[in-house]
Amino acid sequence: MIEKALVGDKRYYGWVAFLLAVIGVGFIFYLRQLFYGLGLTGLSRDVSWGFYIAQFTFLVGVAASAVMVVLPYYLHNYKAFGKLTILGEFLAIGSVIMCVLFIFVDLGQPFRGANIILHPTPHSLMFWDMIALGGYLLLNVLISRITLDAERKGIAPPKWIKPIIIISIPWAISIHTVTAFLYSGLAARSFWMTAVLAPRFLASAFASGPALLIIMVMLIRKFTRFDPGKEPIQKLAIIATYAMCINIFLILMELFTVLYSNIPEHLHHFQYLFLGLEGNTTLVPWMWGSIILAIFAIVLLLNPKTRRNESILAVACVAVFVSIWIDKGLGMVVAGFQPSPLGKVTQYWPTWTEFFISMGVYGIGAFLVTVFYKMTLSLRGETGENEKKKEIAEEVETVAG
Amino acid sequence: MEIDRRKFLTIAGITAATTIGKKVIGDTTDVEQIAGLPQKSPLVGHRWAMVIDTRKCREKSGCTKCIDACHSAHNVPQFDNPKDEVKWIWKEHYKEAFPNQEHEHVKEGLLEMPAIVMCNHCDNPPCVRVCPTQSTWKRDDGIVMMDMHRCIGCRYCIAACPYGSRSFNWRDPRPFIKNLNKEYPTRTRGVVEKCNFCAERLAKGLHPACVDACEEKALVFGDLEDPESEVRALLRENYAIRRKPALGTNPEVYYIV
Repeated sequence: MIEKALVGDKRYYGWVAFLLAVIGVGFIFYLRQLFYGLGLTGLSRDVSWGFYIAQFTFLVGVAASAVMVVLPYYLHNYKAFGKLTILGEFLAIGSVIMCVLFIFVDLGQPFRGANIILHPTPHSLMFWDMIALGGYLLLNVLISRITLDAERKGIAPPKWIKPIIIISIPWAISIHTVTAFLYSGLAARSFWMTAVLAPRFLASAFASGPALLIIMVMLIRKFTRFDPGKEPIQKLAIIATYAMCINIFLILMELFTVLYSNIPEHLHHFQYLFLGLEGNTTLVPWMWGSIILAIFAIVLLLNPKTRRNESILAVACVAVFVSIWIDKGLGMVVAGFQPSPLGKVTQYWPTWTEFFISMGVYGIGAFLVTVFYKMTLSLRGETGENEKKKEIAEEVETVAG
Repeated sequence: MEIDRRKFLTIAGITAATTIGKKVIGDTTDVEQIAGLPQKSPLVGHRWAMVIDTRKCREKSGCTKCIDACHSAHNVPQFDNPKDEVKWIWKEHYKEAFPNQEHEHVKEGLLEMPAIVMCNHCDNPPCVRVCPTQSTWKRDDGIVMMDMHRCIGCRYCIAACPYGSRSFNWRDPRPFIKNLNKEYPTRTRGVVEKCNFCAERLAKGLHPACVDACEEKALVFGDLEDPESEVRALLRENYAIRRKPALGTNPEVYYIV
């Protein structure tokens, strides 16, 4: 099936070449980091996790959100998602691989990474996160492989795959729950130590994931003959709307508890994020940007008129995605370290090394998803390439005629 | 496997120490008979702890003897860039070391008073709980150890430590070691390190380097399970506090203020 990803039109080759270039640049920066050490990042003794771990956390959410197309289709027999489930699963595969890579590039001794398997430690949440993410990857590889194979042969997928698909639904919830537990179980970091962290992670994931899927479907539809119709896009929009509302509700819950109880240790982190602490205001404009985007998006999504207009919906989806990316991919991890347990605020901003390595990892994810989607669309004869050739042939004929 | 290796190393260490001890002393095995010679059998405790008398510390402001002794004994690098900083023991102000134990009208000068801080060798260490490779573990005598050959550098322990006691090697530390101590290993980049209560000195029958370096006897080390120990006597006679006791980590470093 992979051969279908090897042939394409100029635009496809161009996009793949661009991604390979981004991956190459990231790899060069990674080699530098590997030989020098993580000192090339903006991290320090007091802010010891940053951009990499934040991207990991954000992408676990994107991976988990595949469940938002799988669940309606397989549990509620919602046929309109039929064409999208495989895209959701492929997005999940790409995201989980990016998650693993973001952990890998954050390790001080990456070649010892296998120690996590050689010395399994059930009292560490990282052990369980490895099992959750690894299992989720295997499930999705298996499910997409079997269902796509059946589609290629034009037969129904084998019956035994159904229970595996059902298992993948709670498993998707588990990956983001366990990822939240990595943080919320730490007594040392009051910012993360909140029971609402896992639900918040899930709500924001189920808003940003479907928003991303909508944007991707719209882009693919523009460049190919793939068209799932209006209905699934609208359904995804409604899912994103509900999830975004729940996400904002949970953020308000958190804010009430912190602000009303007024415990300085909890309050300081929010001060750092939204007002600045000890003169450090690095994340303040970003966090307010995230809030404004969230409000803007929720207004557009809640109003049926704007939601049903696909160009406005696209804008709303970008706003949801960026808003949640800022919240999780920029603010969430760093704010846990600001202030430090000793009350200090240390400047942190990702360096170019972190930026290019992260771009490289995102490039690998985009490359994988591109190849998977190309295979799927070629199989379904929806790439639009033949169409174009036909058109050209017809044109040539008319001209010749 | 891993416990075997560790046990092997411990036994090997003790054997080596004893052999060297025997060589120094000659054939006499009864160490106590030879006066004047330092005791060579390992110090054995059930729950090692430290009591820090910050009053004595305050009398000699600007003194860094314990810090220097520790950092040179353990080949701790000295970086110019604070971003790369590695430290095992250092001075904090009272208000930062004990964030929930201060008030507006607290005894004059107390808030700015220096407190020596280090790994607390918690009885219930959160770093050990989170480490995914058991690179950090608690010994039976209470010392929280680090295996710098197994550490993968994920820094989960740093996130879990409520005292900021752990450091990471952001770059190769070796060029930044002022005076190399060949008795103690250096580290590679990408691993976490911290105070080990001088486990290597205890094995040789010595007290921790910081304790020995302090002329004021502001740092006292001993076995908390031994009612006759100096640490127990100090805790009996003085009111001592611990850092962030509400978190339930049970630090084994006590402060007389």
